[in-house]
Amino acid sequence: MKFNEQQIAEFNRLVARYPEGKQKSALLPVLHLAQESFGGWLSTETMNYVAELLNITPIEVYEVATFYSMYNLKPVGKHVFEVCQTGPCMINGSDNIINYIKEKLKIEIGETTPDGMFTLKTVECLGACGYAPMMQMGKFYKEHLTKEKVDNIIEECRKNAALNN
Amino acid sequence: MSKKLLLEKAHVEGIRFYDVYRREGGYNSVEKTLKTLSPEAVVEEVKKSGLRGRGGAGFPTGMKWSFIAKPEGVPRHLVCNADESEPGTFKDRYLMEFLPHLLIEGLIVSSYALGSNDTYIYIRGEYAWIVDILEQAIEEAKANGWLGKNILGSSFNCNIHVQRGAGAYICGEETALIESLEGKRGNPRIKPPFPAIKGLWERPTVVNNVETLAAIVPIINMGGEEYAKIGVGRSTGTKLISACGNINKPGVYEIDMTISVEEFIYSEEYCGGIANGKKLKACIPGGSSVPILPANLLLKTAKGETRYMNYESLSDGGFATGSMMGSGGFIVLDEDQCVVKHTYTLARFYHHESCGQCSPCREGTIWLDKLLYKLEHGQGKLSDIDLLWDVQRRIEGNTICPLGDAAAWPVAAAIRHFRDEFEWHVNNPQESQIKNFGLAHYADAIQPITV
Repeated sequence: MKFNEQQIAEFNRLVARYPEGKQKSALLPVLHLAQESFGGWLSTETMNYVAELLNITPIEVYEVATFYSMYNLKPVGKHVFEVCQTGPCMINGSDNIINYIKEKLKIEIGETTPDGMFTLKTVECLGACGYAPMMQMGKFYKEHLTKEKVDNIIEECRKNAALNN
Repeated sequence: MSKKLLLEKAHVEGIRFYDVYRREGGYNSVEKTLKTLSPEAVVEEVKKSGLRGRGGAGFPTGMKWSFIAKPEGVPRHLVCNADESEPGTFKDRYLMEFLPHLLIEGLIVSSYALGSNDTYIYIRGEYAWIVDILEQAIEEAKANGWLGKNILGSSFNCNIHVQRGAGAYICGEETALIESLEGKRGNPRIKPPFPAIKGLWERPTVVNNVETLAAIVPIINMGGEEYAKIGVGRSTGTKLISACGNINKPGVYEIDMTISVEEFIYSEEYCGGIANGKKLKACIPGGSSVPILPANLLLKTAKGETRYMNYESLSDGGFATGSMMGSGGFIVLDEDQCVVKHTYTLARFYHHESCGQCSPCREGTIWLDKLLYKLEHGQGKLSDIDLLWDVQRRIEGNTICPLGDAAAWPVAAAIRHFRDEFEWHVNNPQESQIKNFGLAHYADAIQPITV
């Protein structure tokens, strides 16, 4: 397990933002980079590699990785649906969206479809309250969700997967 | 119509990019600052403006700046708090997405005032695409000589860096944010020492909200005294309100703090009234942490006076009959909404977000979550309502940071104003699962105005 040349360049850019000797400050962004680079989650091996790169102890990485909700500590599907369920989304029908995704993909919250395509998660407020209900999918938000919109998103993911095969 | 100082140019096509922003008068405040003002003079203008922190606490910004320690040879830092996570709040996101250069401009002037050569924007991890927008704006500003070494031929050097968080509400608390920026868990620090004395890497640090720092631009352009003339009393200038919930026009609005709550909800210029012709039931006017108010107390104070959208008026009556301006996250509930369920989702949120450092918050938020789950699902007893009250009371004021208070207040206010609805859930366990309590005693208080 190693970053490729391009990832190392990004790693160096991240570390260079902080004063000398304060390279630990880059830990959060570096963990994001590691998660993106190594299959969407952080294995112990990945975390140990990050510790080595930043010249800190592995426990310093573990304690951070387990604190923040955006780091996945077990494998996830290719597409992760993170549906907001806090107050403002709830009053705009997030429960219906969550139930619809469960039925449609035949998975419970926290589970991944057998083909490894989709993971469903519920999350707390993502700052899109005016555009509710919503979910995060990778880098972007999907807002004003309806059942039709969910259908289209799933359809598109499957189509892209078929094209890439 | 409210005066617009921040969003005036938000709809100009291409304003996200440097050329258009500059053509529209962008970066003039940096020019004015570096050519005519000393750092102390900038702090003085901000003091005169009466600007109060727009993140939620409402502390006077100029005063916060004047506390920064200046030990010889120790670098100082400005940190921009873009960890917008308070449920109901999405105003900073709007500013950064559509007017990134306004924030960068405010950051350069503020960095000069505070003597920060390396300034950090700490942005919540979920706003991943906004990181790219900000970094592009920073590159553009640098390429045009507004960042880097000897800006505009002065002796001032400044760089701005963007750091992504990773999904923790607590990192919006300034000392937790600093911990996170140092690559640690977001556990708030005990104060004192305050960040102004020992902050990031033990150096003097000021942490300000995105909107606060953007507001520095109009303050410098028009002068602190002129800025202070907008608004009313100690609520000077303009405030961004992010409105959501059961309204016709959810979105981000800039108000000058002289309009009434009634006008804000019902006029076409703002929320456009309650959606689907329903009636207003309740509202959380300043982000999920502030007390919820039933319709009658929202539109008028307990004294029967009109309630206005400003710091003083929203808090009129204290927590007994008032609320707070908070972060400006305005959540509207219509007659079909269940206050017990809504409060339950908020308690679950705070349970999820407690950092676990202080026992009253770590354990108390679990209790709030569990008790409200029971009550909401028709499994509660009448004594659970008193227990809920007791638990929230034991969290408030007993924690290092305000997350404990933030978890307690919404629960306390819900019981205070909607106790009949909680009791109805206990007394009608089956009915409450398929039906809502409705409006009850605050129903006739509301006569929508026509604007």
